[in-house]
Amino acid sequence: MSKRTFVGLCFVPLAVLVTAFFLLPMARLILTGASGQDGLRAYAAILLDPRYRATLFNTISLAAATTIATLVIATISGLFLQRRRFPGHALLVAMLTFPLAFPGVVVGFMIILLAGRQGLLGDLTLRFFGTKEVFAYSLQGLFLGYLYFSIPRVILTIMAAVEKLDPSLEEAARALGAGPWRVVRDIILPALAPAFIASGAIAFATAMGAFGTAFTLATDVAVLPMLIYTEFTLSANIALAAALSVGLGLITWAILALARSYGGTSIAAAG
Amino acid sequence: MRDRLLFAAQLVFTALVAAFLIVPAMLSMLAGVTLNYFRGIHSGLTLQWVVQVWQLYPDTIFRSFLIALATLAVTLVVGIPAAYALHLRNDRISRAIEEIITLPLAIPGLALALALLLTYGGFSDFRRSWLFILAGHAVFTLPFMVRSVMAVFGAIDLKSLDEGAASLGALPWRRFRDVIVPNAAPGILAGSLMVVTLSLGEFNLTWMLHTPLTKTLPVGLADSYASMRLEVASAYTLVFFVMIIPLLVAMQIFAGFRGGPTARPR
Amino acid sequence: MSLQQSRHSNGHGVAVRVENCAKTFTDGTHALGPVTLDVTRGETVVLLGPSGCGKTTLLRIIAGLEMPNHGGRVLFNKAEVTQVPIERRNVGMVFQSYALFPNMNVAENIGYGLKIRGVNGAERSARVAELVALTGIEGLEHRRIDQLSGGQRQRVALARAVAVRPSVLLLDEPLTALDAALRERLRGELNRLLRTLGITTVYVTHDQSEAMVLGDRIVVMRKGAIAQIGTPRDIYFAPASRFVAEFIGAANIIDAAYNGGSLLFPGGKLAARPDNMTTKDRVLVMIRPESIRIVAADGARLCGQIETVSFVGDRQRAAIGGVAAKPIIVDVPNSVPLKPGDRVGLAIDPSAVRLLPPDPV
Repeated sequence: MSKRTFVGLCFVPLAVLVTAFFLLPMARLILTGASGQDGLRAYAAILLDPRYRATLFNTISLAAATTIATLVIATISGLFLQRRRFPGHALLVAMLTFPLAFPGVVVGFMIILLAGRQGLLGDLTLRFFGTKEVFAYSLQGLFLGYLYFSIPRVILTIMAAVEKLDPSLEEAARALGAGPWRVVRDIILPALAPAFIASGAIAFATAMGAFGTAFTLATDVAVLPMLIYTEFTLSANIALAAALSVGLGLITWAILALARSYGGTSIAAAG
Repeated sequence: MRDRLLFAAQLVFTALVAAFLIVPAMLSMLAGVTLNYFRGIHSGLTLQWVVQVWQLYPDTIFRSFLIALATLAVTLVVGIPAAYALHLRNDRISRAIEEIITLPLAIPGLALALALLLTYGGFSDFRRSWLFILAGHAVFTLPFMVRSVMAVFGAIDLKSLDEGAASLGALPWRRFRDVIVPNAAPGILAGSLMVVTLSLGEFNLTWMLHTPLTKTLPVGLADSYASMRLEVASAYTLVFFVMIIPLLVAMQIFAGFRGGPTARPR
Repeated sequence: MSLQQSRHSNGHGVAVRVENCAKTFTDGTHALGPVTLDVTRGETVVLLGPSGCGKTTLLRIIAGLEMPNHGGRVLFNKAEVTQVPIERRNVGMVFQSYALFPNMNVAENIGYGLKIRGVNGAERSARVAELVALTGIEGLEHRRIDQLSGGQRQRVALARAVAVRPSVLLLDEPLTALDAALRERLRGELNRLLRTLGITTVYVTHDQSEAMVLGDRIVVMRKGAIAQIGTPRDIYFAPASRFVAEFIGAANIIDAAYNGGSLLFPGGKLAARPDNMTTKDRVLVMIRPESIRIVAADGARLCGQIETVSFVGDRQRAAIGGVAAKPIIVDVPNSVPLKPGDRVGLAIDPSAVRLLPPDPV
């Protein structure tokens, strides 16, 4: 068997798996989206129909707010952790990256424990302020949930990027008289820009497609994945659900592709 | 002085963020072994909730492991040769294929599940078996395996090893088996850990694809959060943590081995 | 007046003083072991040595990027700056990798130090233009860093360091990253520039020809300690140890017996009047290859046989065996015909024979 044949054969299992369980289904999905009573117009519905537009707006706002907050938090903590060493450092890093594998459902549960009806924060505010604060099931709770699964991922990426920074650039700036804040503003943040874009895009994409968290928190806040779910399972509005899914997929893919043109490999969106 | 203040402020901030992430997890682990969550730890510790979880949801735990290992097997068989071929070809078609492999990550799990349901919903035997879930998991975790293996291929100068073995007379399959795969072991291991961890925790896809007879652990968790008392839900979550933490630790340690020392001026 | 002589610093007073500075890193490595050094205002001091000798560590202590061990002091113009961080020492530093900021163009890089100091835009532009002209990089002001060649980057790094009118200029192997031909050309330009600017300069390199060209004084370092300080001529003609002799230029180091007025070699005798030799009967001598002349074998007091001849370009280098335990290297003009196997005599001026202290145990 020649080398070329062997290499060709190496692709066969891949071709089978991807075609059968990805390409064909996606094609089917796109076609189904256009098969409803509105036909292809269903695809525009995501932008035209005020209900769906509101949901889209909610979802995008939430994802954007999550991304920005996560980047700020991760940069402050990531810079700190990568640059300073102290007893307990490894523990702190472990604590921050531990939730990496939690599915959205578990995150939702975490938020309930924190801010739900029997939540920790509720107990504390009751003890100190007299009223029990319960916000797990509202927009704030959802936002916290989204923060919860975004921070570990982004912190890891930022820390990896900080590690790769060239220390001589900072030393040169210091030699020219720049104080610590100046160095951060003029040298470090610009150097981290590619990492911000890459990890920000992933955080955004993940937040857009997040389902488990919203499902567990069962909020009234409409986010696109929940809408798709209810349309499919409760209203049996298959075509619409398909159309919305494709729309969501396109937007997510576009954001990621845009970010990838700014730099290299990245860890992927999940749950 | 200013530096110490800055250090303290950053430390407190980071500790608060860490607390935000860890405290609920700790709470849930504690709640899983507490007799009565409302009365707190004073009510006593017990394993009864864990036992109850074991009685209510044993199939979910087994099935999650089964699917995770099966997913691993599939991604190994599909991913390693594919990574090899992609690395060797390294042309525009390879880029396109990589792009396609990675697409499932850009698509929300929900959409992917929907697509699978629409296509295979009619094949009721397949639809109702755990293999259906396996299919979704395999497509979703494949990019991680491929990327991980390709990364290590890039680092070990695969071409020279391959050519060296070829010059000694080894045929392609032999080279693959004796030289390529063993030298790619670190990447394969890293990818495997990633695949198993992702599969165990996968929800978005699985929730849509499951049937009452093919529940996985995360699906069971969602059920329990909705319908069970807090202690049972917490105990169930505790079981999940116990499964997941060793894998996470293994991944961290593994990543640590690959780090290098920092440079110092002479 | 030769160029060498005119190079002696016109300023007086010690601009930089390093007193008892040592450095042990957190992992236990002892990189620099107490050294004391004075740099006169306006002079260029070169720290020269192999990698690991501590020269960069010493430079970084002067810069303020490293703190010396307890007890070490750094003084600028008699004022103690040991605890002053680099941001406030007003030094100009050129790094080995140049450390140009990729998010700024050439003009912005050069002007960055001025921006920090609050110099307004117009003044800044004027100063940047001045430096661009001085370093010969006209036309590159708006280029991004990754569009520059190695030589251009080096000049931008220098312009940036000098723009702020530092009291001390520190250069960490600025030419090492360049290829040989470029290095030699830039060395000359750098030399002219440093002369023109007249700033007190500390320059680190492992290249001895760079050190000879650029330094008013050379500090040869080895394993964290100073092996010798002196002008290039002092170091070259009167090395203080075998290490310095071998590090600077080529050297024949011979272990010879001494017998009242003559050095005894297997291949003959050599009249010698080196100092402090009176009591010992075995000595270590150094003779530079260019101080030995090939003469006819008959009648010569020192004879040997040519083992190899290498054509170096501007001269020949012959290895003569049978004179001492190891072959003696001799530089011979191209006009002298040589063949391996010829018997030749060696003529050496006694004043070119330099005594070295015995090797440390």
